[in-house]
Amino acid sequence: MQIYLPIADLPVNIFLLLGMGIAVGFISGMFGVGGGFLMTPLLIFIGVQPAVAVASVTTHVAASSFSGAIAYWRRKALDGTLALTLLIGGMVGSAAGVALFTWLRALDQLDLVIELSYVTLLSIVGLLMISESVRAIIRSRQGKPAELRRPGSHVWFHGLPFKLRFKRSKVYVSAVPVLVIGLIIGFAGAIMGIGGGFLLVPMLIYLVRVPTATVIGTSMVLTFFTMLSATVLHAVTNHLVDAVLALILMVGGVIGAQFGAHAGQRMRGEWLRLLLGLLVFAVGLRFAFELVLQPEDLYSIRLIEGAP
Amino acid sequence: MRRAHARRSFTRVSCTIALALAGLAASAAAATAEKLVASLTNHRVLITSSYTGAELVLFGTVERDAAAAPQHARYDVVATITGPRQPLRARRKSRVLGIWVNTATRTFVDPPSYLAVLASRPLDAITGADNQRRMRLGIANTSFPQRFNEDIGEVSNDPFRAALVRLMRERDLYSEAPNAVTFLTPTLFRASIPLPAQVPIGNYDVDVKLFADGAMIAQTASAFEIVKVGFEQFVVDASQRHSLLYGLVTAMMALATGWIASVAFRKD
Repeated sequence: MQIYLPIADLPVNIFLLLGMGIAVGFISGMFGVGGGFLMTPLLIFIGVQPAVAVASVTTHVAASSFSGAIAYWRRKALDGTLALTLLIGGMVGSAAGVALFTWLRALDQLDLVIELSYVTLLSIVGLLMISESVRAIIRSRQGKPAELRRPGSHVWFHGLPFKLRFKRSKVYVSAVPVLVIGLIIGFAGAIMGIGGGFLLVPMLIYLVRVPTATVIGTSMVLTFFTMLSATVLHAVTNHLVDAVLALILMVGGVIGAQFGAHAGQRMRGEWLRLLLGLLVFAVGLRFAFELVLQPEDLYSIRLIEGAP
Repeated sequence: MRRAHARRSFTRVSCTIALALAGLAASAAAATAEKLVASLTNHRVLITSSYTGAELVLFGTVERDAAAAPQHARYDVVATITGPRQPLRARRKSRVLGIWVNTATRTFVDPPSYLAVLASRPLDAITGADNQRRMRLGIANTSFPQRFNEDIGEVSNDPFRAALVRLMRERDLYSEAPNAVTFLTPTLFRASIPLPAQVPIGNYDVDVKLFADGAMIAQTASAFEIVKVGFEQFVVDASQRHSLLYGLVTAMMALATGWIASVAFRKD
């Protein structure tokens, strides 16, 4: 059944969109990531203009992360203090990111920067997650107990001032690294049009040593707030949020996210991290191939937006 | 913004028509015996939620002066349909440090977003190459001015221009069909205008030229518009005019969907 998307100016099959929403929602519920880094390329692939895709995906990610956040909140598996601290850093980062975004767009190099940041971020984060989780799996195979908290894991920034006690997460660290992480996520999110969950989850686990139990719920709260404000910002500045597209995606997304969350809880943490690492790395590789292989067509055309 | 631009391109088109008419009067003084009458089945194409493309039919007839005996054995018709004009950027990639990067760009000032040239025979069989060039007949002779800093000019044998035409053809937005106009009787013709699903909204100009013995003997123009109606138009209006409200409502929609899902799937 075809439906015409009013802002994207394109008829698409409604079941294809629903299916994409469910598939990406499943992954996002399972790993606690927004799924924007998967959904945006998928939409561009079916012919939606990149700008409309990025803007509408933010709405979809807001909905799926909200339903996820509620589920984790009921299980008391999220840390409000941690989320709030991250959010403060995130807002500063977003503002800086939007400024750089506008500047790069004026230089006509935005596409390249987006592609390069996808490649570097996704492949590095993916590789780190794969190697860490494989080591954890090998350790548990050898019968050694899983390391809950490494004794010698105090890094230099644990000595920083402004220590905060994040009760739910059972960590007592300086607010500075948490704010910086929020800042990086907000910055990357504004540039790449992603919620940043796939960056945030490993950063919180490996750097701040937040237990996996609360990290996913907390990441969802942060994703929800940033994506909700991004929806309104995109609607006001670019008029590119397609409500019909977003609605179909989010209906599929929230259904998928529920099943994904259940599947995720049945899996062991290290296997979950290995899968997410592989997924992130695969998307990074795909972007790398696009940059390195000779494109089928060297030419491309683009409407000049906002031109008179 | 879009509307203002459409108006500008309309004046531009009417200028071209005026010029062409002047040329016609000068070149063919004897060609007043025929009159060309053409119309479209529909002057408004409505985009609704089930829109997947459309087809308009152009039909017309050649009216001969009753007093004069038929002068021409056969007629040929070339119909050019031009969609709303929008500035466009063409980019070329080349390899820099092992990766493919957009290194060269050209800005086309106002290429049509849709261009269909429908004819009753191949253009070369209808009229000479000089005539085709002068009347800007066919995609090959259509003008695609580019902007260079402050200057606007046409580049001949330009790979960017070729790429623009090729990419637009691949999207079915540009087309040239040498047998799309069919004569049902020696003077009555019809042609169907294919409008693909991704066709841009706006005003479309239809220019119909009548040829006989290699020369243009009559010309007429028509127009149609492609508009969104009902819910589609409502959404576009809301997103443009009440963008903050639209953004907030979309955000509320996300909240509601997320909340409903978490209630519906609650296990405990």
